[in-house]
Amino acid sequence: MYNDKVLKEFSNPQNVGVIENADGVGVVGNASCGDIMKITIKVENDVITDAKFQTFGCTAAIATSSCATQMVIGMTLDEALKLTNAQVVEYLEGLPPQKVHCSVLAEEAIKKAIEDYKSKQN
Amino acid sequence: MRIYLDHASTTALKKEVLDAMTPYFLEHFENANSLYSGGRQTANAVALARQSVANNLGCLPNEIYFTSGGSEADTWALKGIALAHKNKGNKIIISKIEHHAILNTAKWLKKQDFEIVELPVDKNGIVSVEELERLIDDNTILVSVMYVNNEVGTIQPIKELAKVCHDHKVLFHSDCVQAVPYLPLNFKELGLDLASISAHKFNGPKGIGALYVRNGVKIDKLISGGSQERAHRGGTTDTPSIVGMAKALELVQVDREKHNAHVKELRNYFESLVKKSIPYVHFNGGNPRVSSVSNLSFEFVESEGILMLLDMDGIAVSSGSACASGSLDPSHVLLSMGVPIEIAHGSVRFTFGQENTKEEVEYTVQSLTKIIERLRLMSPLFNLKQGETYNV
Repeated sequence: MYNDKVLKEFSNPQNVGVIENADGVGVVGNASCGDIMKITIKVENDVITDAKFQTFGCTAAIATSSCATQMVIGMTLDEALKLTNAQVVEYLEGLPPQKVHCSVLAEEAIKKAIEDYKSKQN
Repeated sequence: MRIYLDHASTTALKKEVLDAMTPYFLEHFENANSLYSGGRQTANAVALARQSVANNLGCLPNEIYFTSGGSEADTWALKGIALAHKNKGNKIIISKIEHHAILNTAKWLKKQDFEIVELPVDKNGIVSVEELERLIDDNTILVSVMYVNNEVGTIQPIKELAKVCHDHKVLFHSDCVQAVPYLPLNFKELGLDLASISAHKFNGPKGIGALYVRNGVKIDKLISGGSQERAHRGGTTDTPSIVGMAKALELVQVDREKHNAHVKELRNYFESLVKKSIPYVHFNGGNPRVSSVSNLSFEFVESEGILMLLDMDGIAVSSGSACASGSLDPSHVLLSMGVPIEIAHGSVRFTFGQENTKEEVEYTVQSLTKIIERLRLMSPLFNLKQGETYNV
């Protein structure tokens, strides 16, 4: 059901872990739904310089977390806020329909981490 | 390396079974309903197969109806009895841990205004006889409880359940699909009115099964059509598959004890190694359970990832959670047993078979240990400090 790109991303995920003293933290999902994503980011001059994830979830949840963190590193906060789940799915060359919600979680986790960063700035 | 640990899902056809079937594809292909000698010859093969199946299941040949498998047998039992007995009542009792063939048929019947009542199970995954006694009433027409659960392998007290039904003059059906390789079956002795079996679970061909209907039990047809199966089930007789199922069942009868001893040794060895190697594991399903099944939950991780990584190491297992099959709900069986939902999400089913070895068990536990460690390092739940929770 998964394509090779998803399986590759899942079996060799990038940016696993937690950034110590992160500038922003985003946690979405819950254990009873079977998915929790935690994304931590480092921000310098409004640019995301590092992003890491921890995910409890299926193959797609891990693959989308890995790819979302790779995509946002180097983006400005405004660019990263515009990241959509569709772009995540495109990066993975497609997801099974029942797994698209995982890409939505990845988008939300990034947004939450940025919101967290911004709220700390104010 | 290729290690198959999913025998509850399906099994390979035995060479002897294929050999028994082959002539009925190639030489004796004639329709068993035809009058000429070729047809009579295949009809004779079907009659012998039916006799053999009946002998091995403790019933009469004219109580065996061949079907396309377990799902058809289960669906037929429920719909056929419900429709034939709707003047007597409309209540049907099933257990909470039935196979989807029963659960979804019951759901369909509910839409046709039948009342469906679900029997709970305890934390070990066993149906309570007392609870059936409490729920059964004059309006009940059928009770259906599986003999062996397909996810955790627990053996249900069907003899006692059947007795409760008969004391109340209610019909009793049992889905015996998972029982055949492990438990000797004698339908009369068990007191069953109806029972389902499926050949591919015991090294027979896929696409063939049987419904046992005790003589005297009135049942409506599921598949209308010609006069096959004593005018109870239309469709050209599948001679090769019927012959194959009979042969596979004969082999099971001979090998069952040896088979049980072998898989039990492997299963117990597997569980003892897991216990030693991996922390935070739950062993799902209490006793009595059949010898081949081990259903485990690994805390902090989700089962689909485990399954995919095991597959990359050449090991085939099933996810206890239905996630992998497209539904996002965790196992209804584990939830019925009171397993917390987040732990139910991390369940994996290993089912051992005749060809498995101790070396394969060791390799599997080594691979599993690494995989669980790796996924836990990725899991935010595992990395929470004790007492912390995520409230999101």
